[in-house]
Amino acid sequence: MEKKYQFSPESMAVVQKLMSRYPNGKQKSALLPVLHVAQAEFDGWLSPEAMDYVAEVLQITPIEVYEVASFYSMYNLKPVGKCVLEVCRTSSCWLMGSEDIVKHLEKKLGIQDGETTKDGQFTLKTVECLGSCGTAPMLQCGSDFYENLTLEKVDRLVENLRNDGERRVYTKDQKVNMD
Amino acid sequence: MTVNAVCIPKIKKLIWIDMGKKLLLEHIDVPGIHTLSVYRQKGGYETLKKALSSMTPDQILEEVKTSGLRGRGGAGFPTGMKWSFLAKPEGVPRYLVCNADESEPGTFKDRYLMERIPHLLIEGMILSSFALGAHASYIYIRGEYFYVARILEAAIQDAYDAGLLGKNIMGSGYDLDLYVQVGAGAYICGEETALLESLEGKRGNPRIKPPFPAIAGLYGCPTVVNNVETIAAVVPIVKDGGAAYAQIGIGKSTGTKLISASGHLNKPGVYEIELGLPVEEFIYSEEYCGGIKNGKQLKAVVAGGSSVPILPAHLILKTATGEPRLMSYEGLADGGFATGTMLGSGGFIAMDEDTSIVKNLWTFSRFYHHESCGQCSPCREGTGWMEKILHKILHGHGTLSDVDLLWDIQSKIEGKTICPLGDAAAWPVASAIRHFRHEFEEYVKAGHSIKDVKHYYRINHLPEPAN
Repeated sequence: MEKKYQFSPESMAVVQKLMSRYPNGKQKSALLPVLHVAQAEFDGWLSPEAMDYVAEVLQITPIEVYEVASFYSMYNLKPVGKCVLEVCRTSSCWLMGSEDIVKHLEKKLGIQDGETTKDGQFTLKTVECLGSCGTAPMLQCGSDFYENLTLEKVDRLVENLRNDGERRVYTKDQKVNMD
Repeated sequence: MTVNAVCIPKIKKLIWIDMGKKLLLEHIDVPGIHTLSVYRQKGGYETLKKALSSMTPDQILEEVKTSGLRGRGGAGFPTGMKWSFLAKPEGVPRYLVCNADESEPGTFKDRYLMERIPHLLIEGMILSSFALGAHASYIYIRGEYFYVARILEAAIQDAYDAGLLGKNIMGSGYDLDLYVQVGAGAYICGEETALLESLEGKRGNPRIKPPFPAIAGLYGCPTVVNNVETIAAVVPIVKDGGAAYAQIGIGKSTGTKLISASGHLNKPGVYEIELGLPVEEFIYSEEYCGGIKNGKQLKAVVAGGSSVPILPAHLILKTATGEPRLMSYEGLADGGFATGTMLGSGGFIAMDEDTSIVKNLWTFSRFYHHESCGQCSPCREGTGWMEKILHKILHGHGTLSDVDLLWDIQSKIEGKTICPLGDAAAWPVASAIRHFRHEFEEYVKAGHSIKDVKHYYRINHLPEPAN
């Protein structure tokens, strides 16, 4: 089943603006930000067809897109849940109990690190240092940081995310109010 | 540890006078300081106005040279010298690129600064771009900081609307366009040539140097890449003069430094310190970190981000010769790698007495394995081997020769790669073995009775057995 990829007019305007930031002929510089736009628009991941479409928009070859998409950790090359819970696991977060957070989420969601729940709502992913060491442990969902986590806070966050059901993307602020 | 109670009053009297100087975070708690109007009420963009109306680019460069400012991203290279290397061929554009890829574990100062007071960075970018003769500049920010990128973009838009960016800035005839570029998750892009590759829309593989970016950087044009904090520091330097800035700090470590404090501390967070502050004061005083959490003893500190050598408590508080250790480039490096460390990015991670140094090291090695770009074999393969061997030791399957093998591997990565990621992966391993070899041996000797090793239960989240 072939899926036709096409940016919405709003996204296309963003892409055009991004491309205008670089000298003539250097539009490839827009690749990383444009891939973020594509991932946000095309269900949270970059299929080969989505990457081919980005190559077409930027007038570069598909391989130039694949090699970049496969290098950077924020691009998903497989489908993911609506909310990707990215739990930091490096030193400071580990010192402050990130392993407890991961274990709790694994149990609560019934999935392991890297897996997606059957209902397609959550993907659990452990990630390297997110620059939130003074407010550890923490996790990122979309572009939002949830810091100073406790197991109780994690429970509330999961409930809130499940209730609103929105897909979380990097390109928007969608922070759940935790107060 | 008695140092806490005994020495602090003494230090306060003798050394810790006027150590609270704030240059970057002076107004950080002012409500609305992230907005252009409040930033201007607090004197923001006055320095830019002064510079554009009364200074030449070379005069700004001279002030930066005089200030003694050193790169705040980790390497500590003199900023004025870096700027003076910039090639200026006729008819070729020059670029300033701000390195906001902050990814060094333990470091979160740039995020704090950009989120709280974005216009300080923007003013610094305009001043620095003017000094370097750049007409298009980029702030390359790590993708995980997407929300901070939006804060910066909104602030940049406000600056355009107020005539502080774009054509003929403040009527000076100087033009500058400033853009924010987001990355997509790669520690290596904090290395300046990898950052430039990434900004060109490629994989973040570091380039072979020379040529240095000052000669051939972005799009092959002369380019300066500076850390967020470095560029922000240009504002107070131009405001008060390089000589005044050089008066702050100690010796060749001039000015102030943002320290990201994390781990087992009562008050983790970002602190602006005057370089030369005693480490002990920083850890234990109420002004800064307020001591170790839960009344525990300090065991070890990683003082400058994950890459720098870890030091046991006695060596981070005092040098090998018994002098109080100071937080400065030279102070932290005192004793070389045998008994010292580095200021690095200022990512200060404190660990209490219950911490397993081996397990913490494993999180670092896993990090470097994950983040190696894969270009150089010693780093690509070696980081993976180190992670696996540490995992083996942690689970009671290690042998004493594994500890020697770890040492051997790290020594064969260091200095043998295109970029410093190899060194950064090697140093934590070398220093952990150097200072805490007994802990590795404890794991090894315990073998299958690994459960007898202290901290096993805590680090593996198992209930402590009674007694």
